[in-house]
Amino acid sequence: MEKIKSLADLRKMQDDLRAKISLREKSNEPDKRIQVKVAMATCGIASGAKEVMEAFIEEFTKRNIDAVVTQTGCMGYCYAEPTVEITKPGVEPITFGYVDVKKASKIIDKYILNNELVDGIIPVNYHSIDN
Amino acid sequence: MHIMDILQNSIRAGATEISLEIREDTLLNLLRFNISDNGCGMAPDVLKKVTDPFFTTRTTRKVGLGLSLLRQNAERSNGSLKIDSETGKGTVVEACFEYNHIDRPVLGDIAGTVLLTLTAHPEIQFRYLHNRNGRSFELSTIALKDALCGIPINEPALYPTLLQMVKENLKDIDVN
Repeated sequence: MEKIKSLADLRKMQDDLRAKISLREKSNEPDKRIQVKVAMATCGIASGAKEVMEAFIEEFTKRNIDAVVTQTGCMGYCYAEPTVEITKPGVEPITFGYVDVKKASKIIDKYILNNELVDGIIPVNYHSIDN
Repeated sequence: MHIMDILQNSIRAGATEISLEIREDTLLNLLRFNISDNGCGMAPDVLKKVTDPFFTTRTTRKVGLGLSLLRQNAERSNGSLKIDSETGKGTVVEACFEYNHIDRPVLGDIAGTVLLTLTAHPEIQFRYLHNRNGRSFELSTIALKDALCGIPINEPALYPTLLQMVKENLKDIDVN
């Protein structure tokens, strides 16, 4: 790949980038894409959330999966960090705990691609904490 | 780790503009970073308690370690932490470290830290300036969006290219 050093280079590369993206640009609405939220508070970052987030981005790019990876705050599961909440279109979000780079790849293989659950799911009780 | 953590505070404070400035001066033996935002800010009584590890505004847990750990690390490396905040106007956090101090936390993967924060929150105007011994590199959400002409900045396929670009530029000014 050509070296990109400035924003001007980036502008030049636009067409290539657009072509790469448009291959799977069927749905641009966020609610139709898989959403991955990585908890990134002090506890999460200290446990390696940054590496986990990078791993998700890298895997999605490599496997050409249409997904948005974003950050969120602490949900109170500091003991299980890094935690990752995954929302597939039309399905209730699931939060996975103790995620590392290896487990991120397992979650993509099993849950995201094949709907199989993976160990370390945190039971859904966080809805009631703030209410 | 501190930078990413404190940036999250700004995001949680509902900021729409966040600025991160890192200055490394090896001649003066100084590393300084400054994060300012236009978020909700803090009232004076909250500001007084903010580096107390047993104080947090969160309801999900009872400890707040982000700023407390930063202050501890800054002071341990002969530096200091200064926080200015005003309700409704925003917050400025400035941390200084002695550059060569053995206890100074490393900057780590700053390119990744900046890009993950920038691309995960495309709605926030983020500005990053890194200066090392007088040479600097700057990146902002506005400039990036402008260069990409409509390609979403949070597009995963774009991330490796952006990361490479930031790393190359930081290498040019001898960072990492």
